[in-house]
Amino acid sequence: MIDLIAKSAAEGLLPVTIGTMTLTELPLRKMHSIAPFKGAEVSAALKKATGVSLPDTGRATAKDDVEILWTARGQYFLIGATPPKLPAAITDQSDAWCSVVLSGESAPQVMARVCPLDLGQMGEGDVARSLVGHMTAIIVKRADGFEIMVFRAFAKTLTHELREVMVSVTAQAALPE
Amino acid sequence: MRINCPICGDRDRREFYYLGASDYLNRPAEGDLDAIHKYLHIRENPAGVTKDLWHHEAGCSSWLVVERNVSTHEILGVELASEVAK
Ligand SMILES: [Zn+2]
Repeated sequence: MIDLIAKSAAEGLLPVTIGTMTLTELPLRKMHSIAPFKGAEVSAALKKATGVSLPDTGRATAKDDVEILWTARGQYFLIGATPPKLPAAITDQSDAWCSVVLSGESAPQVMARVCPLDLGQMGEGDVARSLVGHMTAIIVKRADGFEIMVFRAFAKTLTHELREVMVSVTAQAALPE
Repeated sequence: MRINCPICGDRDRREFYYLGASDYLNRPAEGDLDAIHKYLHIRENPAGVTKDLWHHEAGCSSWLVVERNVSTHEILGVELASEVAK
């Protein structure tokens, strides 16, 4: 019997701490994309099966370990649970993404350099689809910082780009007045 | 330049992909060659207000009709293409 070794997307790259900031990878979880068919009502069925109903545009809903993120127009990601049968296009996205959290005092300055969002406007549980560098990303404002999700193949680029900026922001803060 | 996406709100231009005139929403009937020629190639190209199709590519994925003044760069209105094409 072959033992398969599970590797996370940013295995060996994270965590890193630079200056006041830490970049950590979140463990991979079960994740499905749910795109309700035109006019279809799926929120009640999801609530019944997972305990969580669909969030509003640009928001996340959560209960215990299950979370649903708004991820695009008419598209949601269910995380931490398997979706029931629904009138929706459902695709398994588990293992397809790399999810990291950037936390620390200067995290907003780092994000400001790589992401065109007005991050000061985001409150906890707000979700936005935007860019990090040239990568399309899902950004969730968390209590302890910013969660950034990119396609798994971009894990190395994402950590590289964020590291560079973390180093630069920290070096700049250390300059004499 | 910023575009106020009806779904996402005010966003930076780099999140959007530009397609061209909103004439693309009015596809003529198949077989009408003159109309198809006009649809594909003939544009007003005014030095003023135009309506164009933009894709919120790095955002919510909506197609938008953006009304803007190409002389002043002023954006006058943004609508979902799905609403305009109804
Ligand atoms: Zn949008």
